[in-house]
Formats: sequence, structure tokens, C-alpha cells
Amino acid sequence: MTVQMLSIIGAVVAVAVGSISPALAEGRAVAAAMEGIARQPEAAGSLSRTLFVGLAMIETMAIYCLLVALLLLFANPFAR
Amino acid sequence: MNHSPLQTAILFHIGIVPISRTVVTTWGLMAALTVASWIVTRNFRVDAGAWQVMIESVVAEIEEQIAALLNCDAAPFLPLLGTLFIFLVAANLCGIVPGLTAPTASIETPAALAAIVFLSVHYYGVRIQGLGAYLKGYLRPNPVMLPFNILAELTRSFSLAMRLFGNIMSEEMVVAIVVALAGLLVPIPFMAFGILVGLVQAYIFSVLSAVFIGGGIGAIEK
Repeated sequence: MTVQMLSIIGAVVAVAVGSISPALAEGRAVAAAMEGIARQPEAAGSLSRTLFVGLAMIETMAIYCLLVALLLLFANPFAR
Repeated sequence: MNHSPLQTAILFHIGIVPISRTVVTTWGLMAALTVASWIVTRNFRVDAGAWQVMIESVVAEIEEQIAALLNCDAAPFLPLLGTLFIFLVAANLCGIVPGLTAPTASIETPAALAAIVFLSVHYYGVRIQGLGAYLKGYLRPNPVMLPFNILAELTRSFSLAMRLFGNIMSEEMVVAIVVALAGLLVPIPFMAFGILVGLVQAYIFSVLSAVFIGGGIGAIEK
């Protein structure tokens, strides 16, 4: 297998595996926030603001995986 | 799909400085926003018309959000954070216009904005807390945490840039792939989703900047 083929497999695995846990974590965060809003509707404003910040933090993990995939595909230091 | 999203197309050179497409788009956006602001704020009156009420409610809402986040007076931070938000909304959404690509979809613009936020955290921190108290904030909760605090300061700016870049760029790439697969009507839901992503990312970037600045001035715990 050439370096290019290995990089493509690596990029696919990075995105596919790396998005599993952020997806689960975002689901749990949204579920918890929904529960909080259902119990205390008056706190919806501050809850959703904190939720957005937290989701952005969780999403960073998936974005890092995307970045690794992009580096493998377009800026691979070992290819050529 | 041979065009790498990590590289930018160079349009022309000024002296030895290469000017990319992204920079030209950003200049156009800056000019458009400046002219638009000048036109709408030109004749403000006490008995406000419809346009003035709209502009005022936007500014008041941004100010209210910042004040709620930082638990203090929003006036010193409104120019930076409000401009950041409005510029990001314009920059993320200008990819919708045919022939334009969003400047935030190439890596330099988010990196530059994150650098501005990184520097302004220290600027506001020193100005509001004083140099000694601000530097002492790095020794909390105890001096052992100093390297981690410095590392966190750098990595969170990096991830701020990467988050914006990754979201907007992947959005545009998805639309490009769908256009290549099925050009007629099919990309429209993806582009509509792109509007949502652009607005949410502009909001998240501004909120995170406000949170970082709030941590720098000691208004909120990091």
C-alpha cells in the first residue's frame, strides 16, 4: 500500500471514529439541558447560553478530527 | 476535489505581499459594513423611525447579552464584541452570494480573529485588573497550575480559530460535493442549513470571546 492509500484510510477512520464520542456527548448535554429547561422554564435563557458554549467545546473534538483528516489528505508530510 | 482547503488562491501581489481572494473579499465586506453603518446612523433622531429602532434593538440586544455573560457593565466590550459578531455574520453568510466564498472558510481569517481575541484578553485584563492582579490570576488555584494556565490560554485560542474554520469550510465543502453530485434543487436544503451554521458559529465565536475576556478581567471563573 502506498502512503496515499494509507492516508485516505487514516482520514476516513479519523473522521468516522472521532465523531462517535462527540455525538454521544452532545446528545447527553442537550438531553440534560432539556431536562433542566423542563424543570425550570425561567432559566431557559442562561441554560441555553451555557449549552451553546458547552456544545462548542465538545464539538472541538470532532473539528480536530476533521483537521487531522484534512492534513492527511491535503498537507501530508510523508507523501511525495 | 483537488483544491486544498488549507491553501488560498493568490490573486495579485502588492510589492512582495501576496493578496489572496480571501483578503479582497474581507476588504469588500469591511467597506460594505462601514458604508452601511454610515448610511443607517447618518440621521438619527430622538423620535426614531423604523430603521433606527431596528438598529438600536440589535445593538441593545448585543449589549444585554454581553452584560448577562460578564455580570458587569458591557460598555467597554461592546465595540469589540459587537463588531466581531456583525462582521462574522456578514463573513459567514457571504458564501451564499454566487461568486463569493466566505472569508472564514479559509484558515487565515479565523486565525487573525482569534489572535485579536487572544491579545484583547490580555489588554482588557491588564487595563481593568492592573498588571499585578492580572498576572496573579495565572497562579490560581495554586502556582503548580502556571504551565497549564499558559497552555490553556494558547490552545483555547487555537481551538477558537479551528472551530470557526472547520465548521464554515466543511459546510462549503458539503455544498460543493452535493452540487457536483446533483446540481438542481438538491443543494438548497444544505445551503439553508449553511445559513443556520453560519449564524450559530458567529454567535458561538462571539460568546466564547466574551467568556475569555470575562475570564481575563476576573468577572467569571475560567
